[in-house]
Amino acid sequence: MQLVLEKRAERSNTIALVSPLIAIGLTVVTMSILFAILGKNPVSALIVYFIDPLTDAYSLQEIAVKASPLVMIAIGLSLCYLANAWNIGAEGQFLIGAVAGSWLAVKTQGTDAGLWVLPAMLLLGAAAGALYALIPAICKVRFGASEILTSLMLVYVADLLLDYLVRGPWRDPAGFNFPTTAEFDPVATVPVLIEGGRLHLGAVITLLVVAAAAVLLGRTIKGFEIRVVGAAPRAARFGGFNANQLTLLTFAVSGALAGLAGIIEVAGPVGHLQPGISPGYGFTAIIVAFLGRLNPIGILIAGLFLALTFIGGEQAQIAMKIPLDVTKVFQGILLFYVLACDSLILYRFRLIFASRQVSSGTG
Amino acid sequence: MELVEAIILSVLAASTPLLIAATGELVTERAGVLNLGVEGMMIVGAACGFGGAWLSGSTIIGALCGIIAGMLLSLVFAMMTLGLAVNQVASGLALTILGIGLSGLIGAGFVGERITPAPHLHIPGLTDIPLIGRILFGEDPFIYLSLALVVAVWGFLYRTRPGLVLRACGDNHVSAHALGYPVLRIRTLAVMFGGACAGLAGAYLPLAYTPFFIPGMTAGRGWIALALVVFASWLPGRLVIGAYLFGAVTILQLHAQGAGVGIPSQFMSALPYLATVIVLVLISRARTGGSTAPAALGTVFVPDR
Amino acid sequence: MRKRFLAAAAALLLGGSFTSGASAADKLKVGFIYLGPVGDLGWTYQHELARQALVKEFGDKIETTFLENVPEGPDAERAIEQLVRAGNKLIFTTSFGYMDPTLKVAKKYPNVHFEHCSGYKRDKNMSTYSARWYQGRYIQGQIAAKMSKAGVLGYIGSFPIPEVVSGINSTMIGAQTINPNIKVKIIWVNSWFDPGKEADAAKALLDQGADIIMQHTDSPAPMQVASERGKFAFGQDSEMIKFGPKAQLTSILDTWAPYYIARVKAEMTGTWKEEDTWGGLDSKMFAMAPYTNMPDEVKKMAEDTQAALAAGKLQPFKCPIVDQDGKTVPCEGGDHLADGQVLGMKFYVKGIDDKIPGGK
Repeated sequence: MQLVLEKRAERSNTIALVSPLIAIGLTVVTMSILFAILGKNPVSALIVYFIDPLTDAYSLQEIAVKASPLVMIAIGLSLCYLANAWNIGAEGQFLIGAVAGSWLAVKTQGTDAGLWVLPAMLLLGAAAGALYALIPAICKVRFGASEILTSLMLVYVADLLLDYLVRGPWRDPAGFNFPTTAEFDPVATVPVLIEGGRLHLGAVITLLVVAAAAVLLGRTIKGFEIRVVGAAPRAARFGGFNANQLTLLTFAVSGALAGLAGIIEVAGPVGHLQPGISPGYGFTAIIVAFLGRLNPIGILIAGLFLALTFIGGEQAQIAMKIPLDVTKVFQGILLFYVLACDSLILYRFRLIFASRQVSSGTG
Repeated sequence: MELVEAIILSVLAASTPLLIAATGELVTERAGVLNLGVEGMMIVGAACGFGGAWLSGSTIIGALCGIIAGMLLSLVFAMMTLGLAVNQVASGLALTILGIGLSGLIGAGFVGERITPAPHLHIPGLTDIPLIGRILFGEDPFIYLSLALVVAVWGFLYRTRPGLVLRACGDNHVSAHALGYPVLRIRTLAVMFGGACAGLAGAYLPLAYTPFFIPGMTAGRGWIALALVVFASWLPGRLVIGAYLFGAVTILQLHAQGAGVGIPSQFMSALPYLATVIVLVLISRARTGGSTAPAALGTVFVPDR
Repeated sequence: MRKRFLAAAAALLLGGSFTSGASAADKLKVGFIYLGPVGDLGWTYQHELARQALVKEFGDKIETTFLENVPEGPDAERAIEQLVRAGNKLIFTTSFGYMDPTLKVAKKYPNVHFEHCSGYKRDKNMSTYSARWYQGRYIQGQIAAKMSKAGVLGYIGSFPIPEVVSGINSTMIGAQTINPNIKVKIIWVNSWFDPGKEADAAKALLDQGADIIMQHTDSPAPMQVASERGKFAFGQDSEMIKFGPKAQLTSILDTWAPYYIARVKAEMTGTWKEEDTWGGLDSKMFAMAPYTNMPDEVKKMAEDTQAALAAGKLQPFKCPIVDQDGKTVPCEGGDHLADGQVLGMKFYVKGIDDKIPGGK
């Protein structure tokens, strides 16, 4: 007896709706067992993870703050992945965007530069992210060098460049030599939406990006081109679409969005440039892109959901002394279940009995 | 000259975990599967390897525990990507998150403990030969094992029929399937081999390199192993060169600092990564007709019955 | 219209923060933010030991909570605020990178008291605390110079920040009192914590002729390498003798417990106020592990130096201090360098034949 997958004639819309629920159900069961083994009450643990963060306004706000860069980066990555261009170096593009935008903030520090500073910083961040992403794209298109590897390698280079700058040339002169720039001036800071909170303009920009991506993919020829090149490269060639050009374009766009997310994070929640500005946003965003099924709205939901597990994980550490490692295991299991259940949208399971397996050669 | 000997000894030790993990990943990728979860499998291998050795007092049992742990974790990955046709990049990243969490839970029990590191080979006479004696005849068993592993993998891939079939699965799974080969079963075995190697590579760290366990001790070596496979353009021989080159750059930049060469340390740390990008471009450029990646690498295959 | 909507939203969003802090608790809640995992054997582990000491000291009069592995980025502010919202009234943030996030949260919650480790920004409800580890490094320098046959010390640095640079300088000043021609080789590993790389650096230093290993990184790997090679080393943060029973000469131990206990007591009696504590051997902010693996006369010398440092009779940075270019450093603290000069130190003293990365 054997369990095999069989491709559905067309994607199942019912399962598309139900599969996340099945996944969450399976996660709940698995985690309950783990919590029980660890001697924690499974019911209260799950409430702390999933429900509590949704019941107060503060946590909701924090979920939005955490999800914002993840969603913005993941939207760009989804365009890449749809076009079969494998950018996994968004972390590096995020950092370079942060560095480039910060350059202006550092240079205009203490001058009476006007309100143009922040928009210029955002533009610089996006441009630098795009250029940095174009390096692996060009290596791929011109020389056939694997973009997966080159984009990943450039993450480390970006990290070390940032490190060098904040420990050397850009160090806060009044900061006792510690590795950080001075706090950015108010004109170089992303404004918060609500006085006293942390929700900032970046969340609005993220929503605009989501909307733009939805329109691009759903209603424009370019979006159609991206999807065709990814899904059916041969057909795309016959249709006269240029795959190389699309690789360059989607890499540039995803780099720009990652760079934009980087400078928003630095000029917003952090407020200065320092090492460690990204807790792995660029990598987590890859998972968000797939959890969201490479669909803009899906990515928005997936980003918010993943952010929920981060906030919930912290509250579980505080309220129930559940170690952070359990949260990591929890996230890993959840991701596996969601991805596995999504597989049912395109495939169905079939039980094959031994007798039929023998004859499968004729299939 | 003694300094040269010492540097070579350090380079060999630093390169070995990279070489072992990369050899496993090379086989996985040759079968057409991209498993980005090497770092996660390595750190679980490190935790279980140390735990096994600490409880049993035996390096061999520790190494076996590491291998089994890596294999089990890779089986989860195989179930996802081969059994359920889930995207390999996303699954690999999820595997890394899961692995880091699991290693912390497993390792919590023996943080702060120490074990006797794996013994080094000693053949009276041979090991005592000046300069080359310790390099050739005085290493720890993992270093010899890693080289034997590369030779075995090379022989398997290029000199045996199953090796040929495995490569066929990686280059064109549709044809391989049409010829009657069980593509998914072969790929599952390749993924498990990769997991076993990653687990062993992870176990090398607490068993021989730095004999204690601390969460996060793999410190990104799994990612470097992934890079090495591509750097070697999926050829086992080149993997050895790549791994030792990477180890050499890492060690030599430390030596350059110790000798007072005044280059910012960040630039020197960035060197291996930049070198990988440049070498990759050069290799890809020299080869007409694009890269030598297994053609079906990373693509989903669902047999059409 | 829009304004009113925003105001309403603000009320809704902030509403949560007023209610949750008010949960009736007669226990004092004390929170901790940790940089690493509690089992890192080094920096975070020592803070965790001090937290456990608090629990032992006050029993059920307090309730402690920690968040581990909190990255020094955008997540830090949220993590600190989460502790505030869980009702913690005294919060220790235990790494330099939490400075600005702590300050932001402190401004938002004036009724909660914050203690930030190793930074320099303070507020009405935010204190800072750190230790004069450089004093311990002076002792280590003297021991190293006595014990080194080659006259070459191997120093593993994490990042070239003032704390590490002043540690190297203090080591050398101490060593030069014993051997004016002592040399030091320095390797930066650009990480606080990477056991493999730290081990590689230790091997490289030994291979280049150093015979004493000193580290300003957090793992016991360098100690193990020295132990395998039959050389001597100094531990860092915690007791590492287990990893080098024949190698460890001493170790600088972070002992936060007395300070934490004092601050919690102050909080309980309502006498907590904003302070800048930079304690040395006298105030027991750190301690020296037993002097081991050395002849009695060296041990005696180390103990005498320790006593002199603790009594304030000895200043590692006693003027005149000459930098590596031969220029005398201005003496701003009377007969020794001012605290500010040590906290912002970005030069090597005479006798160090190397350059600070990223410096001029």
